[in-house]
Amino acid sequence: MTPDLDQTPLLSVEALNKSFGRHVACHDISFDLWPGEVLGIVGESGSGKSTLLNAIAGRLPVDSGKILYRAASNSIVDLASASDAQRRHLMRTEWGFVQQHARDGLRMGFSAGANIGERLMALGDKHYGKLRDTALDWLRAVEIAPERIDDLPRTFSGGMQQRLQIARNLVTRPRIVLMDEPTGGLDVSVQARLLDLIRRLVQEHHVACIVVTHDLGVARLLAHRLMVMRHGQVVEAGLTDQLLDDPQHAYTQLLVSSVLSV
Amino acid sequence: MTEMIKVENLDKTFTLHLRGGIALPVLRNTGFGVNAGECVTLHGPSGAGKSTLLRSIYGNYRPQAGRILIRHENTPVDIVAAEPRVVLEIRRRTLGYVTQFLRVIPRVPTLDIVAEPLLARGAGEQAGRAKAAELLARLQIAEKMWSLPPATFSGGEQQRINIARGFCADYPILLLDEPTASLDETNRKIVINLIDDARQRGTAIVAIVHDADTRAAITTRLLPLESQGVAA
Repeated sequence: MTPDLDQTPLLSVEALNKSFGRHVACHDISFDLWPGEVLGIVGESGSGKSTLLNAIAGRLPVDSGKILYRAASNSIVDLASASDAQRRHLMRTEWGFVQQHARDGLRMGFSAGANIGERLMALGDKHYGKLRDTALDWLRAVEIAPERIDDLPRTFSGGMQQRLQIARNLVTRPRIVLMDEPTGGLDVSVQARLLDLIRRLVQEHHVACIVVTHDLGVARLLAHRLMVMRHGQVVEAGLTDQLLDDPQHAYTQLLVSSVLSV
Repeated sequence: MTEMIKVENLDKTFTLHLRGGIALPVLRNTGFGVNAGECVTLHGPSGAGKSTLLRSIYGNYRPQAGRILIRHENTPVDIVAAEPRVVLEIRRRTLGYVTQFLRVIPRVPTLDIVAEPLLARGAGEQAGRAKAAELLARLQIAEKMWSLPPATFSGGEQQRINIARGFCADYPILLLDEPTASLDETNRKIVINLIDDARQRGTAIVAIVHDADTRAAITTRLLPLESQGVAA
């Protein structure tokens, strides 16, 4: 029917559950993520969206469920039951994680160049000249002046730090990047620039993304598909414009009608 | 005759959960087909569901019942039941949708906004930009504006940029919602010619046009729609 579409998903989350004591943070979550697809997870604070993201990234142990990842080697790995070593290796090669606060995702005591080079060095790349050239290329790609390569991230503005964090993640050409409120806390003009950059890089590198955001405008601009979460459950999922223009669930209608214009 | 769109037994009701669950039936048992090289114009009073029908064909609204078969790469695909990535693929290759409102993307220049649908179909950057430039020139957008993002342009300019974007990729199917709404006489004629050229190339077109002259100029078949009224 559609021969040029991939036949198998990159990631399949199956019946994932996660509770903190008696509080259910994620209840029976299942979805597929396809190569190059940007999935937005939207919902209010406390809906479980960040918990879900952290569980998928292996930063939180899950209570039950599977996180099936089709690795570059084409073998299927269940990240929910993989060894720490295996998971850590995948996370710093084939996956990326962009934190809401850049200082949580950067090494603040190291130069911009070292921040970009770290993942490559961890993979055994030791040629200083080559690492530096790659860092320069990536600084340009995220619109940071190359002469800032030896400066510490704390001398950067919030928007620059966030762009540096993105470069640091994309340098190993990951196949999946998880983003937790990537534009949260930034000025509107800085947000617009960052969104445009993310949109372009994701298209160019054909990287699949899961983006957690409470901002429906961000979701509209970045995501192909959305999941709406409330009280730890997915209440509605579908094509981004369908969900925002013709919301079916009462909660999605409330979310959409609460925004001035998306 | 190649049938490009086939709408069958379509029902669409909006349920407003925040208004006590009131139900607004808009389309009831709607059906029609559109062949390649036809321009079918939806006609009826305000509230008859013209835009709802157009948006349903684009996969933007979700009908409760019925099918909408879109001829995509020579195979009819039901866009109502298609999974999201298939809908996106159909829009990339087959289905274009032009409204009077441009959705501006921050910082992206006019020329790139117009060329994007063609690039998304795999055209080279040079070919895409050349086609975009040709359309912008035809729609009388001054060349000095092509490198600027259109956020600050006038409504009429943004509308013409959106039309250029819609026609750039030569989609086999075009859905037009008031494409000439606020254009002056000269520009309206230019758009009418664009629509006619596309139709004669074999594009299947479904349009909503309030202006009687424009409607008469582009329509090959009129499809009347009646209001369903409101029921709680």
